[in-house]
Amino acid sequence: MSEKQPILKIRDLDISFKTDGGNVKAVRGVDLDLHRGETIAIVGESGSGKSVTTKAVMGILAGNGTINNGTIEYTYADLSPERITEVQEKYDGVIPEGYLKPEELKTVDIVKSTPKFIQSEIRGRRIAMVFQDPMTSLDPTMTIGKQVMEAMRFHYNTPKKEAWKRAVRLLELVGITDAEKRMKNYPHQLSGGMRQRVVIAIALSCDPEVLICDEPTTALDVTIQAKILELIKEIQKKKDLSVIYITHDLGVVAKVADYVNVMYAGRIIETGTVNEIFYDPRHPYTWGLLASMPDVDSSDDELYTIPGTPPNMLHEPKGDAFAPRNRFALKIDEKLAPPMFQLTPTHKVASWLAAPEAPKVDMPEDLKKRIDRMKKEADINV
Amino acid sequence: MAKIVRNQKDFDEFLEGYHMMPQDYELIDIPERFDHDEVAPSSTFMHDVWVRFKSNKGALIGATVIVIFLILSFLCPAVSHYTFDGVDTAQQSMSPRIPGLEWIPWFSGQSGIVQYTGDLAGTYHFFGTDVLGRDLWVRCWEGCRISLFVAGTAVLVNVFIGILYGMISGYFGGWVDSIMQRFQEIVNSIPTLVILTLLLLVMKPGLYTIIVALILTEWIGMARITRAQVLKIKEQEFILASRTLGASGFFIIFKKVLPNIFGQIIIMAMFSIPNAIFYEAFLAMVGLGIPAPQASLGSLINDGFKSILVTPYQVVIPVVILGILMLSFNMMADGLRDAFDPKMKEM
Amino acid sequence: MDKSTIKYILKRLAISVVTLLVIVLVLFLLMKMMPGTPFNDEKLTETQKAAIYAAYGLDKPVLEQFWIYICNMLKGDFGISYAIQRNMSVSALVGPRIGVSFGLGIGAVIIGTIFGILLGIVAALNRNTFWDTFATVLSVIGVSIPSFVFCLLLLILLGVQWPVLPVLYNSSNPLQSSIIPMVALSMGVIANVARFTRSEMIEVMGSEYIQLAEAKGISRRHLIFHHAIRNCLIPVITVLGPIIVGLMTGSMVIEKICAIPGLGSLLVKAIEVRDYNVILAVSFLYSVLYIVVMLIVDVAYGIIDPRIRLGKDEA
Repeated sequence: MSEKQPILKIRDLDISFKTDGGNVKAVRGVDLDLHRGETIAIVGESGSGKSVTTKAVMGILAGNGTINNGTIEYTYADLSPERITEVQEKYDGVIPEGYLKPEELKTVDIVKSTPKFIQSEIRGRRIAMVFQDPMTSLDPTMTIGKQVMEAMRFHYNTPKKEAWKRAVRLLELVGITDAEKRMKNYPHQLSGGMRQRVVIAIALSCDPEVLICDEPTTALDVTIQAKILELIKEIQKKKDLSVIYITHDLGVVAKVADYVNVMYAGRIIETGTVNEIFYDPRHPYTWGLLASMPDVDSSDDELYTIPGTPPNMLHEPKGDAFAPRNRFALKIDEKLAPPMFQLTPTHKVASWLAAPEAPKVDMPEDLKKRIDRMKKEADINV
Repeated sequence: MAKIVRNQKDFDEFLEGYHMMPQDYELIDIPERFDHDEVAPSSTFMHDVWVRFKSNKGALIGATVIVIFLILSFLCPAVSHYTFDGVDTAQQSMSPRIPGLEWIPWFSGQSGIVQYTGDLAGTYHFFGTDVLGRDLWVRCWEGCRISLFVAGTAVLVNVFIGILYGMISGYFGGWVDSIMQRFQEIVNSIPTLVILTLLLLVMKPGLYTIIVALILTEWIGMARITRAQVLKIKEQEFILASRTLGASGFFIIFKKVLPNIFGQIIIMAMFSIPNAIFYEAFLAMVGLGIPAPQASLGSLINDGFKSILVTPYQVVIPVVILGILMLSFNMMADGLRDAFDPKMKEM
Repeated sequence: MDKSTIKYILKRLAISVVTLLVIVLVLFLLMKMMPGTPFNDEKLTETQKAAIYAAYGLDKPVLEQFWIYICNMLKGDFGISYAIQRNMSVSALVGPRIGVSFGLGIGAVIIGTIFGILLGIVAALNRNTFWDTFATVLSVIGVSIPSFVFCLLLLILLGVQWPVLPVLYNSSNPLQSSIIPMVALSMGVIANVARFTRSEMIEVMGSEYIQLAEAKGISRRHLIFHHAIRNCLIPVITVLGPIIVGLMTGSMVIEKICAIPGLGSLLVKAIEVRDYNVILAVSFLYSVLYIVVMLIVDVAYGIIDPRIRLGKDEA
């Protein structure tokens, strides 16, 4: 982990939603760092607060959601229009390290910014998002071309001809053949995989620095999934993007992420590098997630599964939210929520099992075997 | 919030204020705690429907008004000493006069043609009288009852025809279904107005003719719902299974289909009733209504309309009753729809 | 337009034509059956009868008669009126009235659609505020209560109690006389369109593509005008079909109430005096109008909205 200022630095983020039944605590004190060029993944079941966190970053929380506490610091290059054109022409949107003068770097707290500022300066322009379901996330009554050009026309006032050219280039970049022709198509004339490429092209249209991918492959065929992940990776390299993946699929995480954050009930309960999370998981919930990954090699007997359902966040649980589903819960779990125990500079876990006095509990035997196998496979692949 | 513990000092800080128990670091080793499934307080579907319906103010108001109107329409003609066809030339077009409400100009009884003076000083016609001197209070509620009867009967028969048609069409499938579907499409593309007009020209005007005419117009929706449901259930293989056991397919399907379409049919019927009331009034207005001296809301409006300039109350009262009745039925039907299908509510 | 669209349109056309044929057949049979039609009027002399029979080809076989009947109808020859305006040709009687009815109907549809859409959108964008409640209450009232009730109440209020508008249609001042009937007719349209637009808009605003558009960082105005409204207006076309049909029924009564010289009041009058030729002619016109409107709405919806794959529920 570098000591530089991260692009995105979330501290103590706390979000709740007003509902008929009362306040639902969706996010309870999340810390997150994203550095330039890095990929982080946020993993968790639906309702764990992973999407809400990123929506807060984009400033598109639903109307009944409020940020009660915390900061989302975003550092970006605040360039004059001439410098923007310069960068765009010279480097195709990718600013090389050290190119910027220090005074051109600006840090804002998104939580404290006005909606207008987020909309015009950040959302879509510097932080873009790829949505889950390409079948429903494109406007059915607007041509592909118009949808790709819309953001740049809006943010940069790009002239129509110029925008058209850029849009065609973008579509080619995301691997759409016959881009000129496709520009005039409507979404329903494209296949699911193609549409997701278009969604990615839209996200890239303003040369963002941060790309948030909300389950980008869940709705796609398995064969296309890998291609889309490959594409995002490739573009990330080309454009030096920082990427946040939101997913519940650890398979995706293994392929793309540098760092993994496991979320449960609005908290990050384990965070670390992809190797640390996959080869040395410490939290019983992470064990459960890893064990429930579909795997051709494993026997079909009952593996380690997580019993029960996620808690109802209408009533904030006392102690550790995961305790009622945790086979390895300690008595203290029911009284006091664990702190984040730092294991290595990058690996932290919020579980009482990591406390010095805690009994030594090993991960289930099946999972251990599985991890060993994964390690071996990884060695072979390397 | 999330305190990071890097070393013992951090940890001690974190634990400050917490009283450590010796057994705190023991595993909660009760394997059974995952065994039971969470038992949610379950309630039946119909109970949920009722709860949702009760919480809908508009629906409750609608239902209450309908009940009140029903009671009035049965009670008033029976209790009053006037009759719906009792002509009295001495009491023509007297305006409404209600005891206790005479201070309201509308109910003071002073704007009519015949005044409440002399022999009539002691009489009260709550809704006034019509040009033939018939008491409108009785006639209005009598008319309301007839309108409700016409609408109710027509809708009931419609439900029956619709379900039967949909059942046959869906169950037999094939060419039977094709023909029935085409027929349905064609009937559906003839305007109701034309069907009603032409039919009433051929048949003798009267209560039952109007009912027959209304029956021809509303069954298609019911047939559609039933057919769709039959097709869905036919797909399911348990029907196949029970057929091999020798049971009659038609009967089984009917028994399976009914509970599934029950809600939709009720909702549709509730929406059909005000529709039928409207068409009855419409027919009366175009001169195809119930012949005198019988009264329906439509014929009362049509009669009252003839003297709208002189005695507007004769048309206003039945029009307001008709409006309130239709509004109430619609509000109740809306409430029922939301209660049966809460997802539809946002739509 | 792809193949399935064309196939669907052709199918709809075929059904429309068949329906029209069925209607004509019914009218033809009624014509032959009904007492007191020109074909079997007892007061006619033999020579008069023969003349009419020859004119309508009634001396020919039934099928051929039917064919002639259809041809006459398509030519706009509906015979003569013999009760309302003796011996006047029905088409001459009907002709000038079409425009009046049409104008009234179109006016109500345009006014109603514009206000309905505005109300629906405003309500959907300001949920749980005064406008939303207002739109909901107005929708329930407008959907439930028939137009002639509004018309009668308006007449009594604005024509009798405070006489600011004419009660009866005054052909020298059609605009002023049309205000009450048009407002009454458009109430239902406003209510239906507002209700539909509101729910459609709420659905659209919650859709993923609106979220994606929002994530592009475009302004709310741009979002609403370029994405939301476009998408919510297209399905509104579907409700226009039933609305226009409802208007036809409603306007018939309203034309009678306000004495508007349109098709509806003509039909009412013809029913009163049993002028069968006129009844059949107006019924035929109404049927044609109905079928054409439904056809246009269906086909237009299919062509305009690229999402809809026509004929997909054929399977």
